[in-house]
Amino acid sequence: MTVQETRFVTKRLHDRPDDSWTIDGAVGSGAYEQLRAVVSANNPADVQEQVKASGLRGRGGAGFPTGQKWSFLPAGSFPRYLVVNADEGEPSTFKDRMLIERDPHQLVEGIAIAAFALQCNLAFVYLRGEFALGYERLTEAIVSAKARGFLGSNVLGTDFALDIVVHRGAGAYICGEETALLESLEGERGMPRIRPPFPAIEGLYAKPTVVNNVETLSTVPHIMAMSGAEYAKLGVNRSTGTRIFSVSGHVNKPGNYEVELGITFRQLIDELAGGVPGGRKVKFFIPGGASSQWLIGSDEHLDAPLDMDYVQQTFGVMLGSGAVMVFDETTDPILVAWRLAKFFAHESCGKCTPCREGTGWIEKVLYRMAHGLGSPSDLKMLLDVGDNISPGLNAPFSQTTICPLGPSAVSAIVSLDKFFRAEIEARLGAGAPA
Amino acid sequence: MTTTEPKPGAKPTVATVTIDGREVTAKPGELLIKVAQEHGVYIPRFCWHERMKPVGMCRMCLVEVEGVRGFPPACTTTVTDGMVCHTQTDTVKKIQDGVLEFLLVNHPLDCPVCDRGGECPLQDQTLAFGPGESRFTEEKRHFEKPIPISDVVLLDRERCIQCARCTRFADEIAGDPLITFVDRGDRTEVLNFPDHPFASYFSGNTVQICPVGALTAKPYRFRARPWDLATVETSCTTCAVQCRGALQSSTDRLVRFLGVDSEPVNHGWLCDKGRYGFEYVHSETRVIEPQVREDGALVEKPWPEALDAAASILERTKSMHGPGAIAVLGGARGSNEDAYAWARLAKGVIGTDNVDAQLADGLPAEVVLGLPRAQIADLDHAAAIVLVGPDLKEELPVLHLRVRRAAVELKVPVIDFAFDGGSIPGSIAMRCAPGESGALAERLMSAVNSGAAVADDPIGRAAAAIRERDGAVIVVLGRASLAERPDHTLRAAAAFAALPQVGFLSALRRGNVHGALELGLAPGVLPGRVSLADGRAAFASAWGAVPETTGLDATGILRAAAAGKIHALVLVGCDPLADFPDRALVREAFEIVGSVIAVDAFLSDSVRQADVVLPVTLWGEKQGTVTNLEGRVQRLGRKVSPAGSAMDDWRIAGELALRLGSDFDLEQVDEVTDEIAKVAPAFAGATAELLRRARDGVVLPVAEHRSEIVLRAGGLTILADDGSGASWEPIRAVRDADETGAAAATDRSAEQDGEAHANATDVIAAAGPSSTPNLIVWDRSFGSPELPARDAYALRLVTGRTLYDGGRTVASSPAIAALARDVALLVSATDLARIGVDEGAIVKVTSQRTSLNLVVQVELRLPAGIARLYFTPDHEGAAELIDLSAPVTDIRVETLR
Repeated sequence: MTVQETRFVTKRLHDRPDDSWTIDGAVGSGAYEQLRAVVSANNPADVQEQVKASGLRGRGGAGFPTGQKWSFLPAGSFPRYLVVNADEGEPSTFKDRMLIERDPHQLVEGIAIAAFALQCNLAFVYLRGEFALGYERLTEAIVSAKARGFLGSNVLGTDFALDIVVHRGAGAYICGEETALLESLEGERGMPRIRPPFPAIEGLYAKPTVVNNVETLSTVPHIMAMSGAEYAKLGVNRSTGTRIFSVSGHVNKPGNYEVELGITFRQLIDELAGGVPGGRKVKFFIPGGASSQWLIGSDEHLDAPLDMDYVQQTFGVMLGSGAVMVFDETTDPILVAWRLAKFFAHESCGKCTPCREGTGWIEKVLYRMAHGLGSPSDLKMLLDVGDNISPGLNAPFSQTTICPLGPSAVSAIVSLDKFFRAEIEARLGAGAPA
Repeated sequence: MTTTEPKPGAKPTVATVTIDGREVTAKPGELLIKVAQEHGVYIPRFCWHERMKPVGMCRMCLVEVEGVRGFPPACTTTVTDGMVCHTQTDTVKKIQDGVLEFLLVNHPLDCPVCDRGGECPLQDQTLAFGPGESRFTEEKRHFEKPIPISDVVLLDRERCIQCARCTRFADEIAGDPLITFVDRGDRTEVLNFPDHPFASYFSGNTVQICPVGALTAKPYRFRARPWDLATVETSCTTCAVQCRGALQSSTDRLVRFLGVDSEPVNHGWLCDKGRYGFEYVHSETRVIEPQVREDGALVEKPWPEALDAAASILERTKSMHGPGAIAVLGGARGSNEDAYAWARLAKGVIGTDNVDAQLADGLPAEVVLGLPRAQIADLDHAAAIVLVGPDLKEELPVLHLRVRRAAVELKVPVIDFAFDGGSIPGSIAMRCAPGESGALAERLMSAVNSGAAVADDPIGRAAAAIRERDGAVIVVLGRASLAERPDHTLRAAAAFAALPQVGFLSALRRGNVHGALELGLAPGVLPGRVSLADGRAAFASAWGAVPETTGLDATGILRAAAAGKIHALVLVGCDPLADFPDRALVREAFEIVGSVIAVDAFLSDSVRQADVVLPVTLWGEKQGTVTNLEGRVQRLGRKVSPAGSAMDDWRIAGELALRLGSDFDLEQVDEVTDEIAKVAPAFAGATAELLRRARDGVVLPVAEHRSEIVLRAGGLTILADDGSGASWEPIRAVRDADETGAAAATDRSAEQDGEAHANATDVIAAAGPSSTPNLIVWDRSFGSPELPARDAYALRLVTGRTLYDGGRTVASSPAIAALARDVALLVSATDLARIGVDEGAIVKVTSQRTSLNLVVQVELRLPAGIARLYFTPDHEGAAELIDLSAPVTDIRVETLR
């Protein structure tokens, strides 16, 4: 039996392809019903309990348990803010964009439920600047939700007040890192902050702040609908529920697929995404966005389940942002590594030394290697340079940097060494002195 | 100096921290990097600076802390009790190696031609903590080699290591966020904004704290190698804050002046005028040989002839017209010793009390000396700070930084009387109109004293701020405008003096004006903060004689000269034609007065009027002591030989006294210091020996501040905190284990140096209260004259000083000369529209005194009805328009036909 999508957060946009983003289309298919139930029950603690019980983990990349994150806000400290990380910038990740463009009301409802649970009255959406259509539809959704009483000073006639401010980013990948996002939101240059203090204690404008991803919050209404315990039954182990995977690269049907966690990479790539064109084989794939280390087209890797902890513990890779990039046999892994390095060198914010200088250095060496000017000793040197950015070269990252951007740039090098050392040595002249 | 009692159940006040296996104690919450350093473990760093907030970006100070995941930066990690930290493990060492290799990836390694070479933290720390070689073989990044980011500072972006010290200083400390990071990744560069240069009065500090040679300043570029420099510690005398600094010379020329971190005074910062103004010492235009007027022209003469000529003028005038026919103007530029010797010559030998170190731009001596004093450091924990006076940023820049820090970082409420709202962010802006400070202060005080709830207006908020917080209110008191009489300021002072806890900081600006006033260079006072009346007996016995009657101040002297009653005028480092606010009066006085003797280093317009010119040594060429605006006495250092045959002012006074039949018997400058310590009550005990040993100088009166004296064991040495002598870290005068100051200080230094302690006890015992005259106490209430009604067409004039004002120091220092502000009448946009001209047009400005043509410009923060005209020593302007006898100066502005 072939695997099917399990649609919760992508249900409406598939069911109502013509009006899923409008208030009528959304309300007509159940939007804001969970919000209504939550505010009339008036029990914020219960919402927090449900989310905790659901086992929901952040869909932005780090996979931190959402309920636990919410519980870090110091009691009795107001104002506090909810910030939505909609700066989806991880290369090959395109799920939040779809959710924003095609189901903005689901996100607004999720924000409203979360804000109610956290007892905060002002939420910010930090939206990737390039999302022009998303900006249009999200702001329209907020305006129309407000007009219907789903937002504003008396949400659905209760005392709960909530406003949502949409802020467009200016095109920096680093602003997807939560503290850089907060800096940028405050009008400063987007550079990560030193932690501690953590955003839960001193976040936006030095107030307690929760930063959640778009998909995470879009999931919250569904958890409320089915209860946390029911949601936790979906998925596998500590990877509960469903996730959207953005599959791209050498596949016949690239796109977003919402699946129950626990299916295998092979099912995702071959069955849902239609397999590799021309009957070629998977040479390697990046399982969780550009920051992750790679896996290869072996049975061991392809048959591994989409389980955050399993892939982490077994292969040292992460599901990250849920972006699976597939490369077939014709691909030059050095060229891929160089292109990724170029991205990270371009996006390094420049605040801390190892990332600022290291990403540029790595890019230059990989460029040389990809263009036939490398030597086998380069790979060894790159590994040590990488070790100075991410000591131990493990995942989860250990880092000499402030944020994980620098270590992310090291993943490709480690993967090259792990899987393609022989190929590289053959190409660059194996006999040359190391 | 304030200690808080630990509350019951409070967290421990002492943390035991283990650093590399050694247990040390520290205060919980202190930064690990600092605690380690204080206990001899130097953790390398680039971005961390003790006087700025830590940012943890260079990653050089990463360490391992047991129980903490990863590698926390020591500069952002606060110590807690029981913390165990490792700074030298193999992992840490590899990280340090790695960070230094990264820093050198794009660093050009042009060390042989870099001014920083030899005192470069990047060099030094690479040697100590870095790899021997780099594996980087790619192309480094390239930028255009140094680009000017201001008239003084140049930026080499290739050398920059992006530590953000400069940008953070500009934003956090100076409040001039004119430079910032541009672009990202390894293309990140520091830049100013297009068409907006880094025109900060404090830009030089960024050059000093830059850990590489990325920022350089014109005066020092390619002048010297650091290992060739000779250094002496001294106090800056550009303004009355008297920042501590390290003055450096090479081949007998001053080449650089760096800030020294003095906790009570300047925290290591300098303003650019102080930092770069030293160039005037080597100006080609200096007078370096004595000159005497012969057949209408000044001609060079040997010293004996010139001194004889000067003495005979004084002798003749005194015998023909009496001692009161002689007047001495000036003395605020020199040292305490200069001021004392000139006071003794004028008052003890000649017998005249017509002596004034101020030029109608200050406050009466008895006010400055008699009000309850505050210290600069009191600003840090004041209940509130009240600014009644000039814009500190323009006149006392480093005091401005301290007030700004108190306001921004320490959240001390600042009540600013400035009519334009002032320069302190978040202050309570009283917007006091010209001439109304006295009345406004009284209204504020009655709001403070009334039990009623305060209104939500500036007075109400200011009153609430004063009422709400414990501690003393610090009033920074000076002249907000030379175009109004000082009476308004005195009335304000009298109002605030009634507060139960209050201290005043005098905002007089001239370099050593406080030293001059303390040592008697003002009418009615004698050295050591005593009045002529009270000190008469004591000084008659010390000096032989004192004047019979109280003399005239500068305005009185010039008026008397113009009236033919003053026959000989002595100018001691004083240029009234440039500096006195009524230039016509000065011209008249010079026309009528019989003889003029000038003791100066430059042939200013005033000095050109002289019959005898006696050339003097300048800052950097002389030793002695100076007194700052809080009454702190510190030593001057001498670094270069005097130009030509220039002589110290005090020695000239002694030579003239000898020729007038009185032998001071003072051969060395220390003997003058010691005589001051002996005869001047407020200085009692402030001997040359004590001042040499007192790390932060002594505060007057010495008897009341004995407990604050921190003695150092050695002599005057400059040490950077890391001991390497580099300038980029806060330079401490002397490494001192004791940072708490206060009473414990003397004991602590005793632990270090038994002999020092013995001496300290002696010298401080000698500083005990003496039986000599009472010190001046000013406690009068004061009224101020009614303000004239302002007619609808008039603008009320405000005239303050500006930092770069075209005066002698600026004009003779090439690095900053071009920064002198253009002369322009500044008005609000409303008034400009009313006048009906475009910005930049020339308008006719008329006061009671005269009319002038001036360029008019808009200053956005000015309120309507007020015009600002900065005082210009070198141009026609305020000194032509101001009427010294009027309560305020109103002007009318008309278009030219």
